[in-house]
Amino acid sequence: MKLNYLFWAAALLLASESVPVTAARLATPLPSAPQPPPGVPTRGAEIYETKCGACHSLDANRIGPKHRNLFGRKAGSIADFHYTNALKQSGIVWNAQTLDRWLQNPVAMVPGTAMGIRLTSAQDRADVIAYLRQNSR
Amino acid sequence: MINAIDMNSRRRVLAGTALSLSAVGALALLGQTTRAAGSVAASPNVGQDVQLLNAALALEDEGIAAYQIGAESKLLTPDVLKIAVTFQGHHKQHRDDLTAAIKRLGGKAMEPKSQPDYAKSLGTATLKDQAGVLRLALKLERGATNAYLGLISSLDQSDLYLLAARTASDESFHAAVLGNALGEAIPQKAPMFG
Repeated sequence: MKLNYLFWAAALLLASESVPVTAARLATPLPSAPQPPPGVPTRGAEIYETKCGACHSLDANRIGPKHRNLFGRKAGSIADFHYTNALKQSGIVWNAQTLDRWLQNPVAMVPGTAMGIRLTSAQDRADVIAYLRQNSR
Repeated sequence: MINAIDMNSRRRVLAGTALSLSAVGALALLGQTTRAAGSVAASPNVGQDVQLLNAALALEDEGIAAYQIGAESKLLTPDVLKIAVTFQGHHKQHRDDLTAAIKRLGGKAMEPKSQPDYAKSLGTATLKDQAGVLRLALKLERGATNAYLGLISSLDQSDLYLLAARTASDESFHAAVLGNALGEAIPQKAPMFG
């Protein structure tokens, strides 16, 4: 009887410490990156033309590197384009998430990059990313 | 590679000699100190600005080349050719302003590519008429306006904001003239850029 009492007392003591933590964890959703809005490739094509087109093309290296088949490509890996060391050494692989961060603030993501233009609208970024995805294999 | 400046030593030199130098003399000394500074970066942000300005310089070099190709294409009427040459002159002034700013920061201005390289990357072999030349110019000018506006928030040195904004204004003027020449409707929505 006494042993039983001790057992339940210990169990309650443990429970009193662990239950609130567990409950709090269950009640609080896990932090996750905000989901970007769905992108529209046709709108992305227009934004690409007017906001990216001064430096970039799909099929030619200009001020910036060519963009066809960008998805899944390692940053700084087009052989005949002269990149900054910062981008070559960044280790970034381009996908929807990395592109969203990059287009939001390239200088913050890769200090030393030569790209300064930002797309501040999440919808614009999503549209351009959808367009770039459409033009990747 | 960026040649950077030792800002502290520059400040020390200027502080110690400012009383005995005229403004012109101080500026000359500043220039000499910058050139003699070697290759140690004063601040990562100065190097960052040099990278961004060099990208803008590449943009201007490409614009100058595009207008040159257009001017030599024999596709432009004399009146339009005159405008193209004037706009090219503006881009040459932008190039010189950017080069001066890069040197002032202790950086090295990038050299332009060759004319055939620009012709290839811009796809100018497909240009068949004046409207095609104007459409290419308009695309570059619109893009350049957005590029300069987008650059402002990434620049660290506040004195460069005006340079970027001023240049963006010139590019938007070019875009307006070219859009009008092509008969484009006036945009109904503002802002038109940025």
